[in-house]
Amino acid sequence: MDLKTEQKINDDLLRPLRHPSGWFYLLVAVLGTSLLMGVGSWLYQMSNGLVVAGLRWPVFWAVYITNFVFWIGISHAGKLISAILLLVNATWRRPVTRCAEVITVFALMIGALFPIIHLGRPWLFFWLIPYPSERQIWPNLRSPLAWDFFAISTYLTGSTLFLLLPIIPDCALMRDQMTGWRRRIYGVLALGWQGTTKQWHRLEAAMQVMAIAIVPVAVSVHTIVSFDFSMSPVPMWHSTVFGPYFVAGAIFSGIAALIVAMAVLRKALHLEEYLHPVHFQNLGKLLLLMSLLWGYFTFAERLTTWYGNAPAEMAVFWETQTGSYAPLFWTMVFCNFVIPFPILAIKRLRTITGCVIASSTIVAGMWLERFLIVVPSLARKNLPYTWSYYRPQPVEIMITIATFAAMVLLYTLFSKAVPIISIWELKVGGHAQPLLTAEEEEEQRALWRVRP
Amino acid sequence: MKAIYGLYSNPDSAQRAVNELRRQGVPDGSITVITSQPYEEYEFSRRYKQTWIFWIAAGGGALGLTGGLTLAYLTETLWPIVTGGMPIVAWWPNIIIMFELTMLGSILATVVSLMVTTELPTMRSHVYDAEVSQGKIMVAVEEPVDEDVAKLERTFRTSGIQEIKRVV
Repeated sequence: MDLKTEQKINDDLLRPLRHPSGWFYLLVAVLGTSLLMGVGSWLYQMSNGLVVAGLRWPVFWAVYITNFVFWIGISHAGKLISAILLLVNATWRRPVTRCAEVITVFALMIGALFPIIHLGRPWLFFWLIPYPSERQIWPNLRSPLAWDFFAISTYLTGSTLFLLLPIIPDCALMRDQMTGWRRRIYGVLALGWQGTTKQWHRLEAAMQVMAIAIVPVAVSVHTIVSFDFSMSPVPMWHSTVFGPYFVAGAIFSGIAALIVAMAVLRKALHLEEYLHPVHFQNLGKLLLLMSLLWGYFTFAERLTTWYGNAPAEMAVFWETQTGSYAPLFWTMVFCNFVIPFPILAIKRLRTITGCVIASSTIVAGMWLERFLIVVPSLARKNLPYTWSYYRPQPVEIMITIATFAAMVLLYTLFSKAVPIISIWELKVGGHAQPLLTAEEEEEQRALWRVRP
Repeated sequence: MKAIYGLYSNPDSAQRAVNELRRQGVPDGSITVITSQPYEEYEFSRRYKQTWIFWIAAGGGALGLTGGLTLAYLTETLWPIVTGGMPIVAWWPNIIIMFELTMLGSILATVVSLMVTTELPTMRSHVYDAEVSQGKIMVAVEEPVDEDVAKLERTFRTSGIQEIKRVV
């Protein structure tokens, strides 16, 4: 790669940081207003109690918990895609990884907020943290809710560090390429990075280790979120398939969100030279695989319940298949399978537009899936005299809209502060194969050896 | 003098400069190569390939595992309440706490060892040139002996460089 190309990459990827347009300020204003309305709704709920939300006996978990599961799920694609593709050395990952990792961090932050919003007295959220309070009571570590705290904290810490470490060299680059106050800020954020061979080696080794560590943590997080449900003897919650079902659903929705984000960034920041159709094609294939996997899990779960024919389970089953939740259920099936499957399976339709259409329906379908896991089981729980209906209330709807606005706002602000494509990683993509030592060459030969 | 350095427009000439400096007897420890991206395909970048970071991460994981085990055990025995018919010290759920803290320990140990070994963050002014960010490669000799400076300049020039800079 010659110096001219390197400078062009610098200029192209730093341009969005230098010149925010009028549209940027308008978008921030609109999203900020939505966010403020959400905060206002939350304050209203705090002052009037959870009664203003639609939560009443027996449905005490509803939209807030749906949002919690949904956002934690969305957070999965980023780290899994980034870490797995790094470990298998897939070179096409380079322009995609940071877009994906940012989704993880912000979605986790938003997801982790929902158990707190759901608390009747959110200012006591720190009771979730394991420490002996003045009441001399430790949290119960045998409860899935305590496991959530550990899993989400670990994942958020790991994901944030995994996102921030490769940003340090880009901050050093911005320190050198920017002027004025930006230069000073990026100078501080670069932490004194020089770019010595030792620093590069250590950074890449650390990224490898963290990629290895982050994959099982990501899987554990959504498995533990599924345990919030499957550890209870509630109809259609108490299922051994819930762990992998949740993880598959999380990756599914996460990849869909990533494709939508990439398409928007490509258009808005003019990144056509860096986010190519092949990236959408490859992610589209992955999305197709996940759609099939999701269909498989849904079928396995439904068939097992139907075949078992346990009365309590069947009450929930029929309520979602033909009862009051049936329109939502069949919309979910259309959004997650019927619509995306042909779009993603037929090569001619698997264009950028096709992938975005399929992904958008999947994001909506996966939110419905989370809702259908949480609510019907509580509304039709065991004893018929407790049965009830749940309708989301304006406070819940406003808070939900606000969190989507918060996600877009955080993403927009981030893309104006840090290059959304890792500059140094992109440049490494243009290099020849790494030079191997004699020992590494022997290892490589052994991998390709045909044994008699 | 703190350092003398040359900026190269491609990694091939930087590699030639490093080879030439070595031939002149400059020890590896005094040669610093600074780039805007890792060049794994060149020999000059291989000097620090060996690292303990994987073992340090494993050590951090072991520490996290011990912490998780201790936390779970102490919590359950300090406040012994039977819940859900489970034993006071319930190992199945404790595995989750232990697993998460193991991974957290491993991740934190990795980051701390990265920061320590790369001396980040630092306020000290190191040898650096902003032209590196434009893709140039800096080959520097730090703390050169005054009598060798002229010889080093000649070496830099023979490896195809126009401008040599000194940091005093």
